[in-house]
Amino acid sequence: MKLGRGRRALWGAVAIALPLAACASDGKDRPKSAAAKAPPVKYARDPYPSTYHAYPGVPTLVRNVTVFDGEGGRIDGGAVLLADGKIAAVGQSLDAPAGATVVDGAGKYITPGIVDIHSHLGDYPSPQVQALSDGNEATAPITADVWAEHSVWPQDPGFGRALANGGVTTLQILPGSANLMGGRSVVLKNVYARTMQAMKFPGAPYGLKMACGENPKRVYGSKNREPSTRMGNVAVDRQTWAKAVAYKRKWDKYEKEGGDPPDRDIGMDTLRGVLSGEIMVQNHCYRADEMAIVLDMAKEFGYHVTAFHHAVEAYKIADLLKASGTCAAVWADWYGFKMESYDGIGENLAILDHAGACAMIHSDDENGIQRLNQEVAKVLSSARHAGIQVSDAAAWKWLSLGPAKALGIDQQTGSLRPGKMADAVLWNGNPFSVYTRPEKVWVDGALLYNSSDPKRRPVSDFELGQPGSGDVK
Amino acid sequence: MTRALLLLAASVLAMPAAAQTIAITGGTVATGDGSAPIERGTVLVANGRIVAAGAGVAVPAGAEVVDATGKWVTPGVVSAMTDLSLVDADGVSESNDAGARGSPFKASIDVSVAVNPAGVKVANERLGGVTRAIVAPEAGGSIFAGQGAVIDLGSDPDALTRARAFEYVELGEDGGKLAGGSRPAAWALLRDAFQQAQDYRRDPKAFDGRSRDSLVTRGDAETLGRVLDGQLPLLVHVERAADIRQVLGMTRDYPRVKLVLVGVAEGWLVAREIAAARVPVIAHALADLPASFESLAATESNVGRMRAAGVQVALASTGASGGDHVLRQFAGNLVAITRVPGATGLDWGQAWAAITSGPAEAIGLGGEIGSLRPGRRADVVLWDGDPLELSSVPVATWVDGRAQPMRSRQTDLRDRYLTPTEGALPKAYERR
Repeated sequence: MKLGRGRRALWGAVAIALPLAACASDGKDRPKSAAAKAPPVKYARDPYPSTYHAYPGVPTLVRNVTVFDGEGGRIDGGAVLLADGKIAAVGQSLDAPAGATVVDGAGKYITPGIVDIHSHLGDYPSPQVQALSDGNEATAPITADVWAEHSVWPQDPGFGRALANGGVTTLQILPGSANLMGGRSVVLKNVYARTMQAMKFPGAPYGLKMACGENPKRVYGSKNREPSTRMGNVAVDRQTWAKAVAYKRKWDKYEKEGGDPPDRDIGMDTLRGVLSGEIMVQNHCYRADEMAIVLDMAKEFGYHVTAFHHAVEAYKIADLLKASGTCAAVWADWYGFKMESYDGIGENLAILDHAGACAMIHSDDENGIQRLNQEVAKVLSSARHAGIQVSDAAAWKWLSLGPAKALGIDQQTGSLRPGKMADAVLWNGNPFSVYTRPEKVWVDGALLYNSSDPKRRPVSDFELGQPGSGDVK
Repeated sequence: MTRALLLLAASVLAMPAAAQTIAITGGTVATGDGSAPIERGTVLVANGRIVAAGAGVAVPAGAEVVDATGKWVTPGVVSAMTDLSLVDADGVSESNDAGARGSPFKASIDVSVAVNPAGVKVANERLGGVTRAIVAPEAGGSIFAGQGAVIDLGSDPDALTRARAFEYVELGEDGGKLAGGSRPAAWALLRDAFQQAQDYRRDPKAFDGRSRDSLVTRGDAETLGRVLDGQLPLLVHVERAADIRQVLGMTRDYPRVKLVLVGVAEGWLVAREIAAARVPVIAHALADLPASFESLAATESNVGRMRAAGVQVALASTGASGGDHVLRQFAGNLVAITRVPGATGLDWGQAWAAITSGPAEAIGLGGEIGSLRPGRRADVVLWDGDPLELSSVPVATWVDGRAQPMRSRQTDLRDRYLTPTEGALPKAYERR
């Protein structure tokens, strides 16, 4: 809900941009004043389009199960019906359509599939060898021109672990944090495919990865170039935004009036997308004071920060984040591994949520992504021991609907609402217990993991024929 | 309830700890030796040591009685292969004494001199139920990382349980890198260093060890001599099945070496051989990805399968980015996978032992720490629920029988910012 403003603006921008593109391409409705000019030609906004398709599923009724609907609702002894790739119905008791598979959920829980807003799977895959290390274009502090999707290796064994052990059905792959502007992110369905395009979440907006703090100043300071300080970080960002504003002005004018097209700059395309509200800003930032500076910078140049990632000190400025409608995507308890994480506390997410700010869990880790439900369980424990009461059902928002909103895909996934994608996990117990694991995982209604059926366990090309191939992992 | 316990902890702290007799009664007692938890048990502590733990333990007159009804009583967690107390923040090199890339000394490096019991992480991890740590150096300029230490996490200046408790060596992929580029180079370095240690033992005066081209310093040779004698356990980090076999084969040439394997992602492939060699293992708990070409067969079932084959397994805190307390989450996951078809995990007692008595026994300190067996140091944690569950936290902790403060810098930060907005004065004026 904190995201409402940004998200509506985003979809609004898309809704306006598309008809314009259609008009421009067929040449009708050209502005009269530009009659002498060449008609505008828009560059492609989606040149590597999604070819993802849902795999076949059978109508499935899970009944007698505890339901966390992902919007805060809980039904004990309830039922969920998946059909035609969608959530068909959720209720206390549902009838099985003819031919449906019926699953008895006694003692089990069903939830929306987990959405991880911060992953590097595919661009920092396993094995972690230099030849596959494609997450940081650490050759210049501004690389808004790179797209993480062009680094994604679809054979990363990590995708399969995140599905089978973690119940993760959607994830955002981000460039690393060496650079102030690290490039575009991509949102993927967690379904193995031969190509990156065939994993791409259809219609998901792009994100721009930004980073503040220690990483950029360390990486470039050690190369004896700007930025080597935090003030250098902000200076380079501001200089770049100033150029982006000018670039946007030129291209907006051209795309409206035609004439000679301005020079194309691939990185500036991305920044123009941010300034137009089409691309969401996902900003790596640890310290409270730095986040406050970034929020002012966003105001200065006219963009919105969708989410601060890691945000180890977000709890100190929960009120500022709430006021700006900016989310925090955080770990449960990571602290003390670098100077800017020194003040990390286990109550971070809970304090933010309690103060009415938008907060969610994230992994940033190929192991942590397999246990995001447990990370939230740790937050719940910290919260309750500090006197902050949150229900289990409400906490599931931190795992699916929250990140789906911050990715601009909450109309399609993130909760068990009828009509949404049938992305769901059946857990063999309370998912906030350490003793619980996924039993079945559906993506768009297709059963892609079943703990009791080795044939429903993915094995990436890399692992095929290796020691332990096809093993439980 | 929590407040009452805190007050109680404070009152215990004020008393002379060593002579204090404490009876923790009515709780579920998990002794940490691999056995199943005992309901309504008693743990009796005197003079900083465990006197008895279990059912039917009589409470002597005059003992301080702590009511643990509805709670769990366990030994504290022993964190193995950690840099706790050597580091304030890992990425801040000025604060990090875990490794020394530029030092001419290798095997003789002794981390015990850098142990800082006042580091903020020590108190915070104690608050998470960790009471002892097997502190390991990080290899920098050689396959020999140096000598590790065993410490307690008590809130007193005397942290060392055992200095120079083991030697830590990198073989496998990391060892190859450190030795100049290959596994064979690492093995050549290891064998030459052992040979020189033997030379030193035979005739210390004739040993060079001081000239510029000397590969092994006198201190390193002396240290490795103690490794060859079996006085200093040798912890070797390897992952690949073939590397594990290679290391096990080493004991033929150096029969007195007390070997412990660390990491061991592919251990399940050679579990019988490890068990037959009676070599304890300190393993990654949940490594299930082919993170490198030496861990292609990694699976969360590794620990369970090794245990089932008779290997003595403890968990390493490697990968615990949230801090050493995450070990109990690791252990809990190994219980979880017993319900996954085809997977092999641990039962509750084995899982708890893997983070308490297991690491203690692996380095030869099972008689001193890691369990509630009589005579062990009284490192006791009182939990408000099942200690493997994510919802449980310690409500009282004793180290060497001394009650510990239940606060840390992290709880101070939490309390300052539970309400993030500022009051009449800046946040800098808000403190307990």
